[in-house]
Amino acid sequence: MLAVGNHIALDAALFYLFAGMTGASAVGVVACRNIVRAAVCLLFTLAGVAGLYFLLNAEFLAAVQLVVYTGGILIIIIFGVMLTSTSPFSRFEPRTGEVILSLLIGSMLMIALVLVILHSPFPTGDAGGRASNTIETFGQLLLGDYLVPFELASVLLLVVMIGAAYVARGRRAKAAILMQRPEGG
Amino acid sequence: MIGLTHYLILGALLFVCGLLAILLKRNAIGILMGVELMLNAANVNLVAFNHFSHSGSPGTVKLDGQLLAAFVIVIAAAEAAVALAIFLNYYRQFRTIDVEQAIGLKG
Repeated sequence: MLAVGNHIALDAALFYLFAGMTGASAVGVVACRNIVRAAVCLLFTLAGVAGLYFLLNAEFLAAVQLVVYTGGILIIIIFGVMLTSTSPFSRFEPRTGEVILSLLIGSMLMIALVLVILHSPFPTGDAGGRASNTIETFGQLLLGDYLVPFELASVLLLVVMIGAAYVARGRRAKAAILMQRPEGG
Repeated sequence: MIGLTHYLILGALLFVCGLLAILLKRNAIGILMGVELMLNAANVNLVAFNHFSHSGSPGTVKLDGQLLAAFVIVIAAAEAAVALAIFLNYYRQFRTIDVEQAIGLKG
C-alpha cells in the first residue's frame, strides 16, 4: 500500500501523462492534413480520455470508452475514410483566410473558457478516497432510476441500426448505373 | 494536487480542438472527428464534476454524471453510424467527400 503523499504524486504524474497525450493528439487531429493521420491522432485522444476516466474513479466508463470509442467508432471512421476516398491519402486544403479566421475564433473561445474556469468557485480538493463498488451502483442505477432512458437508448440503437443500413444501401441500383457510365456522371 | 480545474481546462482544450476541426476540415469525415472530440470534451467535464462534487458524502456513491456520460457515449455511437451512412450516400452522389462540393441537396 502506498503512502498518501506518494498516492497524490502518482495521481498527478498520471494525470499529466494522460492529459498531455490527450491534448497533444487533439491538436494533432486539427493539424494533420492527412485524414488517416488525423484518425490515428483521434485514437490516441480517445485512449487518453479513457485513462483520465480511470483516474476519475470511473472504471466502467473507461472500459466502455475503450470498447465503444477506440474499438467501434474509430473503426467505423477508418472504414468511412477508406470507402469514401479515391485515394486514402487524398487531402483538401482550406483557404488561408479560413484558417486565420478559425484560429482567431478558436483562440478567443479558449481564452474565454479558461478565464471563466479560473474565476469560478468550484469545490476543490480530492473526493475523499477511492470509492469501491462504483460498477455495482452503476448497474443498480441503470436498471432503477434510469430505467426509462436505458430502454429508450436500446430502442434508439435499434432504430439507428435499421436506419443506417437503409441509408447506406438505399441507392445501390442508381450508383451501379452511375459507375457504368465511362464519363462518370 | 490535481483538482477539478485541471480537468475542466483539458475539457476546454478538447472542445476548442473539436471546433477547429469542424471549421477547418473540408473532408466530411474530418468534421465527424471534430464532433467526436467535442462530445469527449463534454464527457470529461461530466465525469470530473461527478468525481469532485460528491466528495462530501462518503456513505453513498452518487453516479449521476457518469450515467449521463454513458448515455452521451451511446448517442455518439449512434450519431457516428448514421453520419457515416449519410457520407457514403453523399460520396455515391458526388464522387467526392469534400463538403464544399455539396451545392444542392437533391443531387
